[in-house]
Amino acid sequence: MSDALLEARGLEIRFGGVVAADDVNLRIEEGRNLAIIGPNGAGKTTFLNICTGWIKPTRGTVLFRGKDVTRLAPRDIVRRGVARAFQIPQLFTEHTAMENMLIAASARTGRQSPLLDMHDMPEREEMARLLEMVGCDRVADRPVVELSEGQRKLIDIAVALALKPALLLMDEPTSGVASSEKFEIMEILVKALGRADVTAVFVEHDMGIVENYADEVAVWNAGAVQMRGTPQEILKHPDVIRDVIGEEIA
Amino acid sequence: MSVRLILPALAIVALALVPPLAPFLQVLLTLAMAKGIAVMGVTLLLRAGQVSFGHALFFGIAAYGAAFLAASPLDDLLLLLLAGALGAGIAGVLVGLFVVRYRGIFFGMLNLAFSMIFWSILEKFYYVTGGADGLRLPRPSVAFIEMDRGPYEVLLYYASLLLAIALGWFVVRFLASPVGQLFQTVKTNETRLEYLGVSARRTLLKGYVLSAVLCGVGGVLMAAAQGIVTPSYAYWIRSGEMVFIAVLGGAGSVVGAFAGSIAYELVRSYAAAFAADAWQMVLGGFLLAIILFAPGGLVGIYAAFADRIGARRAKSASKKEAGT
Repeated sequence: MSDALLEARGLEIRFGGVVAADDVNLRIEEGRNLAIIGPNGAGKTTFLNICTGWIKPTRGTVLFRGKDVTRLAPRDIVRRGVARAFQIPQLFTEHTAMENMLIAASARTGRQSPLLDMHDMPEREEMARLLEMVGCDRVADRPVVELSEGQRKLIDIAVALALKPALLLMDEPTSGVASSEKFEIMEILVKALGRADVTAVFVEHDMGIVENYADEVAVWNAGAVQMRGTPQEILKHPDVIRDVIGEEIA
Repeated sequence: MSVRLILPALAIVALALVPPLAPFLQVLLTLAMAKGIAVMGVTLLLRAGQVSFGHALFFGIAAYGAAFLAASPLDDLLLLLLAGALGAGIAGVLVGLFVVRYRGIFFGMLNLAFSMIFWSILEKFYYVTGGADGLRLPRPSVAFIEMDRGPYEVLLYYASLLLAIALGWFVVRFLASPVGQLFQTVKTNETRLEYLGVSARRTLLKGYVLSAVLCGVGGVLMAAAQGIVTPSYAYWIRSGEMVFIAVLGGAGSVVGAFAGSIAYELVRSYAAAFAADAWQMVLGGFLLAIILFAPGGLVGIYAAFADRIGARRAKSASKKEAGT
């Protein structure tokens, strides 16, 4: 077995009477894109929130590259190499796409000079390449509020990639995107992740996306990992068809 | 030259000519520039989406620091400015460490609380602070040269103008820099900021300390111009006045801080002269008109006007080109 990039051991958390994580154990290996599927309220997003330090579990640990990061703040986990993209893109709405990228670059490099114009940063070309990689180079100078949901999603992911992470956690990267654009976006995204050498974990409800773009699938149910396997194994499993999919995918 | 820059450039030239051509405005404009520098501190915080109702604290701390220093052998204007800025900066770190944990109304009111505590100290510790009478600030030397009142006031005027330009330039550069841009994102998305590996509190603290230093410089200049410091320097009305001027000039605009400050001082001074009992009403009406009809403040009015002229020029230039 290869070394785990991120490992969850015995995670537990409840919100009132709802069990959001119940003895969650999961290894995420480098280079293997993992899709997380499950019904609404199964604890998928909670898992991402725990892994990125937004929520502290009542029990259990999260290890990143073998180091315990359970009690660290999100910013400290990000600095160790775990980035996050959101279901609702989290961008700086008063800025353009390129400015969002440059702000991410300045966060990564920690440039403190108050006299350097952000637009003159040496990372500008690198950021332009990243925008090109996610297919948003043509909207680089437009305010992000003017862009489509799909473009904002891709820029949100590009911002996360600007941090040069080893692991990217994405919450429903294609939600809110027109069905006709979903596969196009995933195609761009998976290529960009491969070129940036980033392992991805993504929560997804579209089984077509899962089948085509995940190396492995973990099924969540009632706060626990119900099963794990390749998309081919998982998506044909009768329990998954009954509890998650509702009907067999074509 | 961009149309937008014409009026600021003309204003700087006009301000530089005030001592020889309109000396009756000299003191008033010294005070306006001192306040403008302090208002720039409040403006800076507005760029991060935070309103402070207590920044007179730093104005007062620096002014009182200058008054104490001016009574010592180290009574040089440059030293007063440095000490005032340093004192305000240290106070900014101490208060900032606490207030940057809060946002919105809590941030504003906590700042107010700190300034009122300081005001109470100034009022109650009479033997140290002079109580409500305040402290006299003897005219300091400049580069260790004693000066008469007339030349001193001219020099203080030009020192205020130079500091206003230099600090204004610095704040504009700061806001355009990576660290300044991160600071402004506190307004729009702290979640993303945290997920960029950046502490929103630390980012806000950096800007807060800078804003405190700016208020400190303004406080020293005002104290040096008036020759006396009183608890009113740290009173809530002074803090409110700073927010008032920032909104009047154009919330979040560096140039607006000075435009608002000069307009405020002129309106206040002349309204007080011609309508002694109603000058606050005149000022209030002035601000209401701005908020209702020009929410971008004085700078917003000018920017819209300049953009219209710029568009007209571009249109006639393209027409000429088409004709040839």
